[in-house]
Parts: sequence; C-alpha cells; structure tokens
Amino acid sequence: MSAIKSYDHPTNANQFNKDQERTHWHDSSLWFIREKRDRMSKSLPEWETLRSCASQIKAHTVSKLADYLEEFEKNATARGVTVHWAKDAEEHNRIVLEILQKHEAKRIVKSKSMLTEECHLNPWLEKHGIEVVDTDLGERIVQLREEPPSHIVMPAIHLKKEDVSNTFHEHLHTEQGNHDPNYLTESARQHLRQKFCQADVGITGVNFAIAETGGFVVCTNEGNADLGVSLPKVHIACMGIEKLIPKVDHLSIFLRLLARSATGQPITTYSSHFHGPVEGGELHIVLVDNGRSKIMNSDDYRNSLKCIRCGACMNTCPVYRRSGGHSYAATVPGPIGSILNPLRDAKHHKTLPFACTLCGSCSDVCPVKINLHEQLLTLRTEVKNQKQLPMSKTMPMRIASYVFQRPKLYAWLGGVGKFFLRTMPRFLIYNSLNPWGRNREMPEAPPESFRKQYAQRAKKKSDN
Amino acid sequence: MSSKDHILKSVRNQLVPSADLPSLDQEWIQYDDAVAHFGEVLQAVGGTAIAVEGIDGLTEELAKVPAYTEAKKTVSCIEGLVGTVDLARVEDPHDLEDVDYAVLPGEFAVAENAAVWVTDANIRHRVIAFIPQHVSLVIHCPDGKVEDAVVNNMAEAYQRLTWGRNEFGCFISGPSKTADIEQSLVIGAHGARSLHVFFVV
Repeated sequence: MSAIKSYDHPTNANQFNKDQERTHWHDSSLWFIREKRDRMSKSLPEWETLRSCASQIKAHTVSKLADYLEEFEKNATARGVTVHWAKDAEEHNRIVLEILQKHEAKRIVKSKSMLTEECHLNPWLEKHGIEVVDTDLGERIVQLREEPPSHIVMPAIHLKKEDVSNTFHEHLHTEQGNHDPNYLTESARQHLRQKFCQADVGITGVNFAIAETGGFVVCTNEGNADLGVSLPKVHIACMGIEKLIPKVDHLSIFLRLLARSATGQPITTYSSHFHGPVEGGELHIVLVDNGRSKIMNSDDYRNSLKCIRCGACMNTCPVYRRSGGHSYAATVPGPIGSILNPLRDAKHHKTLPFACTLCGSCSDVCPVKINLHEQLLTLRTEVKNQKQLPMSKTMPMRIASYVFQRPKLYAWLGGVGKFFLRTMPRFLIYNSLNPWGRNREMPEAPPESFRKQYAQRAKKKSDN
Repeated sequence: MSSKDHILKSVRNQLVPSADLPSLDQEWIQYDDAVAHFGEVLQAVGGTAIAVEGIDGLTEELAKVPAYTEAKKTVSCIEGLVGTVDLARVEDPHDLEDVDYAVLPGEFAVAENAAVWVTDANIRHRVIAFIPQHVSLVIHCPDGKVEDAVVNNMAEAYQRLTWGRNEFGCFISGPSKTADIEQSLVIGAHGARSLHVFFVV
C-alpha cells in the first residue's frame, strides 16, 4: 500500500480497494469521526454563526494580507522573535538548515506540520546529516514505515494496530504480536521521551498566527509540540502566510471550530500561545509563500486559502474514505487537497478534481465555509482548458455532444443500444472498453424506449 | 529584491475584494451552571475537577491521589504546598525529566471545553507543565466563589487575557492523549498521564 507512486488517483484507489475488508474498515473509522464532529457541532447553538464569522475573518485577512504580515513581523520582532521570509519550499528548507547549522544542531524533534511536509524538509535535513524525529504518534509511525501521512490530522488512520505492532517490533523492539494500543503508545512514549531530551532544536508548525500581538498558537493533543520546544533553547516555527489572523480575540472563533471539526473534541488538549523565546533562547518564525500568493488572485479559488487544516472534509468525503489518503499522492489529500494540489501542479494532479462526486458534503462540514465542491467543478474546466484531460474522457464527451445535438440520431442509437444490450454476449459488453461496467452491472434494457411509451400514452389519451 | 519584498509585492499586487471583519459581540453560549458543565466536560476528556477549602483542603485531597502520594520527585508552584524540587533553582530544564508530579497554578477555567488557562508567569521552566508524569492545576477563586473562576465560553476567556509580556500561555484541557492507533483513545501520550483541577475557595 505504501508503494503508491503514481499520480493517477483512479489507479491508486483501485490498488487500495483490492483489500475490500480494509476499505470498509477505513470507511467506517472515518465515518465514526464524522459522527463525533456532528455531535460536537450540535452542542453549540451558535455553530453556524461561528462558521460565518470564521469565514469572514479569513476573507478580511486575505484582503489585507500584506498589511497584516508587516504588522505581524513588527510585533513578533519586538518580542525578540526572528522572522524569516521564504518564497518557496527550497528557500524555506535553506533557512531552517542555516539556523540548525549555526547552532551545530544534529538532532531535531518536530511536531506535526503539513507545511514542512509540503516542503519535504525531512529528506533535505537528513541529506545534511541531521536526525529529524516526528513526535506526533501517528507521524512517528508513518515515519518509521517510510511512508507519507495519509491524513492531515490522523496521519496513520490507514493502519491497523497489527501494522503498528509490527512496525514497533521492528524499530522499537516491542513484543511481537502485542497489538494493545495502550502498550504500543507507552512504548512510543518512552522512545520519544529520549528524543525530546536529546534534541538540540524543536520545530513546530503554526495553527494560527496573530498580527496584533506577533504571537502564534500550536494545537496538539499529545503535548508533543510543547515538550519539543521547551527543552531545547531554539524553536523554529514554520507557517504558510495564510495562517495569519488579525486579532488575538479572533482565536475564540477558531479554537472553538478547529478540534470540534477535526476529531469531535471540544478543544485540543493543549492550545499553546507562543509570544517570545524561552529564557536565554531563540525563537524563529519562517513565513512561507510557496504558491499561496498566486491563489489569492483567483476569485474562483481564493476561498481555499481560508482552510484551517482540520480534515473535516476528508472525514466526510465518500471518495476519500473509500480510496485512502495515499491514493491522492499529495501532502494534503481529500477535497481540499484536490483543489490545492492541481492549482500548484495541474499536470501531475489532474485526476484529483475528477475523483469528486459533487455530493457537497465537504462544503457542508467545512468550518470556514469553503465552497469546496463548487471549486472542484470549476477546476475540471481548468484541467480541460489546460488540455490535461485524457482522450478517454474528452472523446466520449465530444461524441455525446454530437449525438445530443441530433435528436434523430440519438433516437436511432437508443434503439441500437437496447438491441445490443439484450443480444450481445457478456464479454462483448463487459470489457476494457467499458470502464463503467468494471464495477457495476449495466442497466437492463427496457422493452420499449421512453420516447415510444410517451407517444403511446399521448395517443391513448387523445383516443379516449 | 529580498524574499520579504518579493512576497509582499506579490501579495499586494492581487486584486482581492475588501471584506469587513465580523462583530465578535454575539450571543455566545451561556450555561445555567457553568461550574457543573466544566466538571462534566473535563471528565469526558479524562480529567477530574473538585473544589477544596484552602491549602489544607488541597493537601487533604492530594493525599487521596495515589500518583501524588507515590511520587518521588515533585514540584509545587503553589504557595503553602512544598515539592521536593525547587523550580527556581533548576538551571537546566532537562533536569526536570524525571519529575513525577507537578502542582501548578491555573488562572481560570472555561466551561464549554474544560480548558484551564496556564501561563509561565511564575514558572521558570514552561516544560514543567508538560514533562511530569502527572499534573494538577490549582485555581484560586476570588472571594471564595468558584463561579467567578469559570467563564462560559472562549469568547469570554479571551476577554480576560492580556498580552503585555513575553508570555507563554496554554489552554490545557485534560491529560495528554492520543487516538493515533486505530482510533483507540489512550491517555498519557507524551505529557501528563492524569490531570486534576482544584478550585481553592
């Protein structure tokens, strides 16, 4: 399963679906979280008000982003924080490495950060002889397995406890065949404690950064971000420029939405507010663009910058649940990933907008009201306009368009189709030329066409 | 051009329609009994809450907590309660690695999500909130009224906070936990294995 290399979503999804039992299990695990989210959202009568406030705050921030970025830098600097700016992933990685080299840091602990994942920071640092340990339990599991995370909030949601047990047996020498989650978590606790205590520098992501105060917030359930940055003297926080919010009071909106949407918790266990370095230490913040400013310019896709990475759209998506996160071949999978990835690289991620069923469930659960399914529909046109669609999709559309414009031809072909469906042997109908029939039965051909039935009805009525 | 100028120019060049900020002055949820709600939610996230009378009451209750009575290395940042380690004398936070129990001040509690606001204002090493095996948070209630130490929701919580100094602050809601292995909830991931909240009246 980890061997997925192709960018083609249907191919990867097919591979995931080979293990039917696992597919069903994956589906129901995520639906369980979606249900918890529903219960949590209903516990607050102001849920919809929170969503619209969050959406408006984000829209406002993007409309004045340059001003807020400057305000943030000014206030953070005043608090003794060093602010860095990175145009792209390469520059981000270079900046982080320079800070590490300045401190002769060899061992790094990192808390979950989708941005550093997006920038491929780990392999870059490892190439330069630095040990990077992901400290979120799910992240550590997939890191030991040399896999990417399959979900942005629950990185190891695709794995069963037996898989984790085998991985830990191999790397942490836990008892073979002991699948107890308590035992496995305890083993990881002991293993990671050593890493926390040995670390030279801690790296975290940023959930929200506040222009007004120059501070930022990191949310975890495990406390790994806090342990990771309060033992070493140096903390590097990496954030996408869209993580900014104007005022500290706005956190009251976002912290109420984030965990409820993500895992169905009232709030994460630890919501840490960093406003300066530890005593005698250093705090660095790297502000990263990496394609975000380009998305700002598009009326169609600007809303996607509102995303707070809660993962609710993934948990509810019928396609994600049945195809697994790895099938998206991207750091951010699911509905939001199907927008962000093709916007950055249409050539590789062209199949993602077409994975969507347009059911709209993602837009319904999104805590910042991103119109996800509408954007996915618009993106399809874009992929077509960029001539990235395969012939297997464009050709049938062209033929259908030709036929629909010619009613007589359409009527005649309908008759031909019915005749063949009834009389042809199975292998001539169900073969590689008919991808629709691969997983489904073709409809039974009715004895008479609708057109004929309609005409007969009209005739009967006039006869009466 | 520096990357900063490049990014700012790139962001400023976009034609983004202006949008107003929403009012935060709305009817956010109120609870008939915010203190009771706090206790219920805290229990649901794996912690416990109890009101005690003065430092004597706190000592008495802590004596009933096995993790506290069995602890070899303890830290207390509460006046009148003594720990085995004096935090102010610890130079290197790594020395706190084997602390079994810490009793720390919490400023106030939030009913909707059982979070307690904890800062490093009088705590030299902020790691002490995360590295001990077990943690208790102690909230001193003004005029002995627990109601005054509990706000209804996060909007009220942020109204209480100020950001003058280089402060580290954290909303802590229950003990450390994870559900990363097959969605099984396990308490005690990296941080505290248990969390008690004491309201001192």
